[in-house]
Amino acid sequence: MKIIAVCGMGIGTSVLLKMNAEKVLRQLELDATVEATSVDIARASRDAQIILTTPDLVPQLQGLPSEIIAIEHFFDLEEITEKLSKSLL
Amino acid sequence: MRFEALADALLADSIRVGAIALDREHAIAMAGDLLVAGGRTTPDYTGQMIDALVEHGPYMVIAPGIALVHGRPSEAVLETGLSLVTLAQPVQFGNAANDPVRLVIGLCAFDHSSHLGLMQELATFLMNDGYVNSLLNAVDSEQIRELF
Repeated sequence: MKIIAVCGMGIGTSVLLKMNAEKVLRQLELDATVEATSVDIARASRDAQIILTTPDLVPQLQGLPSEIIAIEHFFDLEEITEKLSKSLL
Repeated sequence: MRFEALADALLADSIRVGAIALDREHAIAMAGDLLVAGGRTTPDYTGQMIDALVEHGPYMVIAPGIALVHGRPSEAVLETGLSLVTLAQPVQFGNAANDPVRLVIGLCAFDHSSHLGLMQELATFLMNDGYVNSLLNAVDSEQIRELF
């Protein structure tokens, strides 16, 4: 399963999101890789099952075949756990 | 805990404590100017940081009160680094979940991978409320650097 973490540039916000999402996935004992990427690259990709991003970027990612999960607080592992579990378990 | 990558990335010249920002663009410009002051970027990069806000909206407010502002790797980045601004008055970025912003962190990355260790330390640091409070209450850059 492929999950992408998306921010404007793919080097800052998305990297933090990727790190915490991977932490949560390990706790949930789920086998998935998370890639950090930019909005532009995400818009051209079709192979991610889930896109993790921030609420402000959701409108720019609509129309892709992936499920979009918006995370408000990137350091709140409970929020990330709850939203990822809902989708994956 | 020691944060060696943070200490290397965030020079005293790139820290400003208790700043007054008129608005979010001003706050981002300060973080950009501090990267220039630390020799990490050219002034062009500061413009690219503000362009990111215009292009993508205020998504960079990643947690309550904390904004991570940056452009992409480019010729304007001389070396990977960080800058940090604590604001005397919180500033609205327009982020529904996490406004207002009290802490602005500027980031410049030389490429897409060499800053990943730094990001790991930054995440560990910012996830600790005690460290963040100490940072917000610091009265000068030395007090901030002592936290690393």
